[in-house]
Amino acid sequence: MTEAAAVSLRQVGRTFAAGNVVALEAIDLEIQPREFISLIGPSGCGKSTLLRIIGDLIQPSSGEVVVNGKTAHRARLDRDYGIVFQDAVLYDWRTVARNIALPLELAGWDRARREQRVGEMLQLVELTGFEKRHPWELSGGMQQRVSIARALSFSPALLLMDEPFGALDEMTRERLNAELLGIWAETGSTVVFVTHSIAEAVFLSTRVAVMSARPGRITQIVPIDLPQPRTQATREDPSFFELVTRVRAALHGGSGRDTDLSLAEAE
Amino acid sequence: MASMAVGCPSRFAFAWRPVLLRAVLLIAVAAALWVLWETFKWVGETTGFRLGVFEVNDRTLPHLHDIIGQLFEPSRRNGPLLIEVLWDAALFTAKEAAVGFAIGASVGFTLGVVLHHSRFLQRGLMPYIVASQTVPILAIAPMVVIWTGSRGLPSWFSVAIIAAFLTFFPVTINTLRGLDSADPRALELMRSYAANRWSILWRLKVPASLPYLFTAFKIAATASVVGAIIGELPSSIQDGLGGAILNFNQYYLSSPPSLWATNLIAALLGITFFLIVAGVEHLVVRRAPEHVA
Amino acid sequence: MSGLAVEQPPGPGIGSRTTRQARQWLPAAAVLVLGLGLWEGLVAAFAVQRFLLPPPSDILQTFWNERGTLWGAGWYTFKEAVGGFAIGCSAGVLFALVVARWTLLRVAVMPYAIAASAIPIIAFAPITNQWFGLLNPLSKMMIAAVLCFFPVFVNTLRGLTSVRTSSIELMRSYAAGELAIFRRVRFPNALPYIFSALKVASVLAMIGAVVAEYFGGSQEALGVQIRNSAALFAFETAWAAILVASVLGVAFYLAIALIEHATLDWHPSARAAD
Repeated sequence: MTEAAAVSLRQVGRTFAAGNVVALEAIDLEIQPREFISLIGPSGCGKSTLLRIIGDLIQPSSGEVVVNGKTAHRARLDRDYGIVFQDAVLYDWRTVARNIALPLELAGWDRARREQRVGEMLQLVELTGFEKRHPWELSGGMQQRVSIARALSFSPALLLMDEPFGALDEMTRERLNAELLGIWAETGSTVVFVTHSIAEAVFLSTRVAVMSARPGRITQIVPIDLPQPRTQATREDPSFFELVTRVRAALHGGSGRDTDLSLAEAE
Repeated sequence: MASMAVGCPSRFAFAWRPVLLRAVLLIAVAAALWVLWETFKWVGETTGFRLGVFEVNDRTLPHLHDIIGQLFEPSRRNGPLLIEVLWDAALFTAKEAAVGFAIGASVGFTLGVVLHHSRFLQRGLMPYIVASQTVPILAIAPMVVIWTGSRGLPSWFSVAIIAAFLTFFPVTINTLRGLDSADPRALELMRSYAANRWSILWRLKVPASLPYLFTAFKIAATASVVGAIIGELPSSIQDGLGGAILNFNQYYLSSPPSLWATNLIAALLGITFFLIVAGVEHLVVRRAPEHVA
Repeated sequence: MSGLAVEQPPGPGIGSRTTRQARQWLPAAAVLVLGLGLWEGLVAAFAVQRFLLPPPSDILQTFWNERGTLWGAGWYTFKEAVGGFAIGCSAGVLFALVVARWTLLRVAVMPYAIAASAIPIIAFAPITNQWFGLLNPLSKMMIAAVLCFFPVFVNTLRGLTSVRTSSIELMRSYAAGELAIFRRVRFPNALPYIFSALKVASVLAMIGAVVAEYFGGSQEALGVQIRNSAALFAFETAWAAILVASVLGVAFYLAIALIEHATLDWHPSARAAD
């Protein structure tokens, strides 16, 4: 079990284009260690921006971000988090094993330790035996699993995920959802998960933060009290559907108009 | 009316032995070119075809078999076979070209990396780098020869410098383009790892730029051979292909096929350099197979 | 609403556009001034080099003194370059149009085109001299033409065939014939590639003409004059002639770039060609 991080966002705001576009406004959020929290909202509500602010990849225009007891900047330099994008972003010129080892190389791990960890990670995502393959030889789902393995390779306290399964088909997506929960249980890190899919958010999370568009703000937080471990059966549970409905209502209510759950994110 | 349904294999798409098909095509085209040449020659000679001063005869357009045959004739009375002379000349020129390529590629790559990191230098130097390629380097060659002589360097080195001049430009341009081509998401990923500039350069940008680099290297390989041949002309160097060309040009009327044979060897040298680089590329660059529409 | 930091950069206006353009060109201008100054200074310091590398002031002085002959020679060679450019580029585009039409032809011809582009074309200058006569500008024009042919051929071909399959499928769904597909999809797609190659060819044409003249040509030709000056160790004249060649080469390139700018602005297609 790794040390899990808490994330604290206080009055975080972000504007673009000289203040003309307010991507985020007055975001207040306390994320507890070991939580699995999803950010869901229509295109342009700033969820990806918020994720990047937590990761110190974008600076907030206002407000305060504390990650794992430090500033976001410090947390990044200390490599306290791993990030997974919708695109697997694997290097074509490296094998699967070397892709997973990339952050470990940067952190200065010696070869033996790297190899061992890579082996463990491959086992975690059930891709043992694929060490020597190249990314283009793998399916989309497998590439994404490698990406997750890479993000977890240095046991970060926090995992940031930006619609990681958005480009995959429904069946692969559901399967990876279940795998991700297993991994989360095993590693015990905190997860901040951005998604477009209500069902996915409800299935995976302990809490769902519903956001509205322009200006982006958190309109409602829906606690998901479904029992763990969650399985396929959970998806057929009446309480699951009830929670999905509640999140959907929050989404519709928050923007005051029909939400457009289209795929492209404004940022 | 769409008789070509998508997915319907065309008549020529034999699935078996694509390699064999390629080999057949290569030979077929070569044969077709041979036939074209000889036909043109025959038609030109019998009809007395003229284009201004140009007329078709054994002086202007020797038989292809004469050209190849000339290789196995003595280059001068009781002298070594032409092909031996040309082989030595080719090796000499190859040395100049290879050294020039090495210098030019290194300079080009370094320059590309520097310019990539400094917007100011890029804006300041790029116009002159581009303009430098409009300078007929041939004209500067004599001065380069004298300069290397005064420094005690062998004269073939001046030719290598000229070859390097023609080589560095495509490498610089493509290094710049390749370094810029890194996926922005991959850059974000590196920042999430708090990687420093050096790591980002060598672990992400340079590997990402390899396809571009090798495109430039293939152009540069050819350019280095051209540069070496051109560079030899004003330097009065006898040992290389440039010298051979000048020599056989002077005595063209006594043996037209000799000059053509020299050009054939020069062509083969250029192609060989190209193939070597292409071969290295095949080994080094591991990428997803390209899809061509 | 509290705590919202709003950035206040200067608003857009006429002034900022010119300053932006000035910022774009300032480094190059600075380098030019610095470079020329350095050249003058270093040559003065190392008197030996003066013999080989005259200071810019000397070169410009010589250029002014001999401007009549030099410009005349430049113009003579420039005409060869333009002629060769016209022949070579048209041939390149035409051949590419033909080869693009039939896949088998393309597969068959490609290896030979690649091999041919690796041949030092300039080695054939003595042969074209034999064909058309030493003093005939046509012999140099043909070299320039062949030099222009290959980049234009390869790039046009690539432009014509690099169309997305879905674009072609869309046209087929409209029952468009091959000619319509060519006019509306392939050719516009190829234009950026063609212009990219034309720019490369413009420089090659000028250089090709000058270098081809090195093997012998009319006394009016720039390349011949450069060779003669160098042989007589009149390096100032040689450099002045090189300056003329370079200026004409750059001018040719810029002319093509201007035409490209005017033409391609009509097309919404991306200008992301090599």
